Amino acid sequence: MSDITSQSLFELTSNIKEKKLSSEEITKAFIYRAEKSKKLNVYVTDNFERAIDQSKKFDSNPNLDLKLPGIPIAVKDLFCTNGVRTTAGSKILNNFVPTYESTVTQNLWSQGAILLGKLNCDEFAMGSSNETSFFGNVQNPVGENLVPGGSSGGSSAAVAANLTPVTIGTDTGGSIRQPASFTGTVGLKPTYGSCSRYGIVAFASSLDQAGPMTKNVRDCSMLLEVISSFDQKDSTSIDYKRNYYSKELSKDIKGKKIGIPKEYRVDNMPDEIEQLWKNGISYAKDCGAEIIDISLPHTNYALPTYYIVAPAEASSNLARYDGVKYGFRSTGQNLIEMYEKTRSEGFGDEVKRRIMIGTYVLSSGYYDAYYLKAQKVRQLIKKDFDDAFSKVDAILTPSTPSSAFKIGEKTNDPVSMYLNDIFTVPINLAGLPGISIPAGKDKNNYPLGLQVIGKPFDEQNILNISYALEDKINFKNDISDWWLSE
Amino acid sequence: MSKNSEYLIERENKQYEVIIGLEVHAQVTSESKLFSQSSTKFGAEPNTQVSLVDAAFPGMLPVINEFCIEQAIKTGIGLKAKINKKSVFDRKNYFYADLPQGYQISQYKYPIVGEGKVILDMPNGQKEIGIERLHLEQDAGKSIHDIDPNNTLVDLNRSGVALMEIVSKPDLRSPDEVNVYIKKLRSIMRYLGTCDGNMQEGSLRADVNVSVRLKGEIEFGTRCEIKNVNSIKFMQMAIISEANRQIDLLEDGKEIDQETRLFDTKRNETRSMRSKEDAHDYRYFPDPDLLPLEISQELIEKIKSDIPELPDEKKKRFIDKFNLSPYEATILVSDIETSNFFEEVIKNSDVKLATNWITGELFAVLNEKNLEISQSPVSAKNLSKLINLIKDGTISGKIAKTVFEQMIDGDQDPLIIVKEKGLKQESDPKAIEELINKVIKNNSDKVAEYKSGKDKLFGFFVGQAMKESKGKGNPQLINKILKEKLNG
Repeated sequence: MSDITSQSLFELTSNIKEKKLSSEEITKAFIYRAEKSKKLNVYVTDNFERAIDQSKKFDSNPNLDLKLPGIPIAVKDLFCTNGVRTTAGSKILNNFVPTYESTVTQNLWSQGAILLGKLNCDEFAMGSSNETSFFGNVQNPVGENLVPGGSSGGSSAAVAANLTPVTIGTDTGGSIRQPASFTGTVGLKPTYGSCSRYGIVAFASSLDQAGPMTKNVRDCSMLLEVISSFDQKDSTSIDYKRNYYSKELSKDIKGKKIGIPKEYRVDNMPDEIEQLWKNGISYAKDCGAEIIDISLPHTNYALPTYYIVAPAEASSNLARYDGVKYGFRSTGQNLIEMYEKTRSEGFGDEVKRRIMIGTYVLSSGYYDAYYLKAQKVRQLIKKDFDDAFSKVDAILTPSTPSSAFKIGEKTNDPVSMYLNDIFTVPINLAGLPGISIPAGKDKNNYPLGLQVIGKPFDEQNILNISYALEDKINFKNDISDWWLSE
Repeated sequence: MSKNSEYLIERENKQYEVIIGLEVHAQVTSESKLFSQSSTKFGAEPNTQVSLVDAAFPGMLPVINEFCIEQAIKTGIGLKAKINKKSVFDRKNYFYADLPQGYQISQYKYPIVGEGKVILDMPNGQKEIGIERLHLEQDAGKSIHDIDPNNTLVDLNRSGVALMEIVSKPDLRSPDEVNVYIKKLRSIMRYLGTCDGNMQEGSLRADVNVSVRLKGEIEFGTRCEIKNVNSIKFMQMAIISEANRQIDLLEDGKEIDQETRLFDTKRNETRSMRSKEDAHDYRYFPDPDLLPLEISQELIEKIKSDIPELPDEKKKRFIDKFNLSPYEATILVSDIETSNFFEEVIKNSDVKLATNWITGELFAVLNEKNLEISQSPVSAKNLSKLINLIKDGTISGKIAKTVFEQMIDGDQDPLIIVKEKGLKQESDPKAIEELINKVIKNNSDKVAEYKSGKDKLFGFFVGQAMKESKGKGNPQLINKILKEKLNG
């Protein structure tokens, strides 16, 4: 049997069900590795002691019918967890311990999973490199001083470094898919309305979706099956029949029509990305898929649209962090001064930048020119996809315009940082499901990802296409464990 | 409306007209809040009716309480208004300690209810007041500044309670019309059961928009908004004071600034709260946590079919069916409890007598004791018994008043009072004749005077006969027999 922590979710659940491994053994193995992996800084808060207790409890009376029987899982620190500190990567929630559980994490525990701890992320999920976290950078296990992507950077690093079998992240403009691409892992953003937003610290409500982050496509299908559910506590949750994603997983994609959007060939895109895409196309053909050139004419407007809509919603969503009810509070001579000091000291620069952008675009006199126009463009972007999906079953693009960059490389250039999301944001704006799978490496041997985009609620289809491509690509993420301490 | 009823403020040969529009905030009658399941019960210990949603904890999401939506639709139908099949909840962003989300969820561009109307019964006839819109919104919590010397305390029990904001057109022209308008609005909502209209508990409050113009002018003047006035009396005082302030400015050749003002009830004057330049930029935008609200025709029809008879229709029925005067009908329908009481009484008794007794004796008692009709010391059942005793001649109207006074004390049965006190009217013609014979015999001199033409003495004989009967003689019978005896 291979090392416990390098096993996939599928292997671990099989081993538990066949009683080859206990929950306690698995849990302790991940904790042992985490203790030696502090250099990566993936954990904001660990739950190790309780996790061991819970694993023992599971083993004493194991329910092997569950989908995640006794499996320890660490989650992004944006999910509220009952009794376990939840910070959203921010000083302003540094001391916040929820008395409630997010629906998505509750779904994990209901299927037997055990909380290992809370994973680092960009502050309020605003960032593409995990550098905006109040709790510091996360190291990408792929290479020292490389960013793991963001905002779910702690999550992607934890999966790539074998610190959790699988994890869940959230994706507002690419925060699952981009870090997955940077770390050679799989990340799926489901259709908007698939996974409940209840109990997830909100960034941009009309874009936020939780999703699985895993080592491979099969694990991804297993985890999606658990977390995707209709929830009356979220008014934007959609009640539809969800697939048995793991059971229906199939590599047979013969005859599937896969669209290649010409607008995703952006200026200055590295040749290796272009090559990666070409390889993906030829693998898809090998699998019997039909490749069709398509056009998504408003792609160019997606990034500016996103950077109006998301900050606008964020500026309002973050108004509740005012020092009055919970979280960090500074002192002031009066209410206004208390607000100003609390929010000045409690939020980091990127969050403040987006609150200011959002406040500006919603201001009277600017609303029509920015927010309203952005909403109209958003409809056009959505319509582009509707039109494309009348011709194709899925769309294949690169996940990101580059591989992982160095820590600090882009921190002083927000726009260049924002450009990282160029291939992922249109999917959030259109509310579609998208998955990033590792598909190759650049000249530095850093992973690169391909993105498969599907029709609304067609997660099964993009999982199947990814499953087939994964098999052809046969990606190996050779990570040297360079960070391990004695 | 006739000239002399116009409300005008005079200054040196000039007459100013006052233009008033109201934004009434009416608390929706509902067990739970607009977007959470917390209780809305009034008077609970501070912060005991607060959910995680009401306190805006991270990741908490609003879920629409459909009952509140139905209540708003119902009210819209009661205001003869257009129900908008699609409406949108927006966020109104501002910071305040008792606003946990940092925004209020309200409806800005697309309210649930559009234009409607309210008919006022003024002394000189009816007047129609246009309704601009009705929208749903959350109430804020309460900041308490006077308990702790160093801190402001916040009570979030009200946070998230559903309010209907009912915006009138600038159709009101006097404090009297405002009084009648608020009462009519309250009456309609109480008939519908959509708002209890309790102003002491803050269930009904209003922002009052006031402007003035010279009589005869067509353009409106610059208006000021007086925020959050919580009684009709204060609204009237605020309007008079604000109108005079504006007229004084105009008379001095100054301009009126469009601004938000507060009414200081102790000084009876309005003062500036913030000018137009300082007005908040609320950065309204559609709440992304809530989908646009879509209302089906089926739901509207279902609610329509449940709408009870409303004051205007009830008034018409009372006039047509019971032959009441418009004045009587207006009084009886003004409050649903009163009209229910009336209809209960007349189930088994005479309409005319019931009308007189309710609007007369009963209202007098209620006024004196400062009671609502729902707290009436005399039940409809016993009042109708009393009326029947009058109607069938068992007691006279005069005796009935004595009986009524006793009934007040613990809602006693008039039949028992009459029996126990022996107050039954004497209606036996033989007995009446006997006592009249006695009166005639004892007053032979007066009889002679009467017969010689002093007709006025008839009343004297009636009085004597009544006295002889210890007040219990049937007055009609006494009259009849006296006439026969004296004229015969």
